[in-house]
Amino acid sequence: MAEIAKNHRKGARKRRAKKLSTRVDFTPMVDLGFLLITFFMLATTLNKPQTMEIALPSKEKTPESEQTIVKASKAITILLGKANTVYFYEGTRVNDVDPEVHATNFSPAGLRQFLLKRNYEVMAKIRNLRAEKNKKRFPEAEYEKQLSAIKKDKSAPIILIKATDESVYRNLIDALDEMAICNIDRYAIVDITPFDLDLIAKFNTLTKAPDVSKQ
Amino acid sequence: MTAMCDVAFLLLTFFMLTSNFTKKEAAVVVTPSSISEIKIPERNIMLILVDSKGKLFFGIDGQENRIALLEKMGTLYNIQFNSNELKEFSLINSFGLPINQMKNYLAMKQEERDVLTGAAGIPCDSADNQLKNWVSATRSISKEYRIAIKADQATAYPVIKKLMGTLQSLNENRYNLITTLETSADLEQKL
Repeated sequence: MAEIAKNHRKGARKRRAKKLSTRVDFTPMVDLGFLLITFFMLATTLNKPQTMEIALPSKEKTPESEQTIVKASKAITILLGKANTVYFYEGTRVNDVDPEVHATNFSPAGLRQFLLKRNYEVMAKIRNLRAEKNKKRFPEAEYEKQLSAIKKDKSAPIILIKATDESVYRNLIDALDEMAICNIDRYAIVDITPFDLDLIAKFNTLTKAPDVSKQ
Repeated sequence: MTAMCDVAFLLLTFFMLTSNFTKKEAAVVVTPSSISEIKIPERNIMLILVDSKGKLFFGIDGQENRIALLEKMGTLYNIQFNSNELKEFSLINSFGLPINQMKNYLAMKQEERDVLTGAAGIPCDSADNQLKNWVSATRSISKEYRIAIKADQATAYPVIKKLMGTLQSLNENRYNLITTLETSADLEQKL
């Protein structure tokens, strides 16, 4: 810190000659300040992790009268296979005829395109609603209410997500993401059944068979 | 100079007040990317970590609650923890080892622990489901805790299924899955 000139007995002459500057050198303090800033900048976590909230059905059996029976024609089953492949089929086995199985992936042109096509009506309604909201016809709360009403519409498909043991956690997250992107509110994560595994096996042998015959 | 000094200290104050330090987790987990933009709440999180090999780790926040949790688990498994061990446990962010190794673990130094946690994992089988007990003990301490699952993107599905089954048997049906925000690079990787 700046020194204060001591009062010398020996008179005014010397005092004038020894006149000291009252300015303090701030450079080390600023250095320290920036050092600490750097430390805190590096030590902080500015981005909090994102999260996805899911609610699964409870294990307690609901009485049969309260159970929602999924209409076979509305149900779409998504099977998560190995190496990021997805199989999906609509409905279920009718009169001993297996439903047609398709294989795709999680690209925008894959599963998403199919789901958007199936959910077309709901998507169109949501688009209208959003346009009206942008014109400020009604408040935010009303928008949320109408949005959830649209999503519960009877025309909306019901998705069953079933993961095989070969799939990884990322596939499940991707599938849940697709539900959010396609505005599908009615989906469930269900245990895989032998029937589904059988369908995948059949599908794989069918698609591989032509390749073998070519060679 | 004075102006620069002012700015420097203003920034310093800002960073000091806003910073919350990154805590070291017991396992290195690469979370999958998602479009979800909901932020995780800051407090009252019961974190279940699942690494890529399927090992489970557990941790709660709040030091007083950690002590209460270990005492509860101690009485459940007939292990007496002394006050030193309880204090040591209250400083641990997350851990992944069977309860019978906990006493040894708490006596270790930090470097020794790092080596050990890589090889352990909390048992979560039908024969010995310790994770279930950890979760239910935490629940009995405070109802406020939210379950957050932070699993590696390459974790095999059976492990997740087992974990979800365990939580379901406890009637814990709402939980958060921790993800990172999806970037275009993630999208390319997916294809």
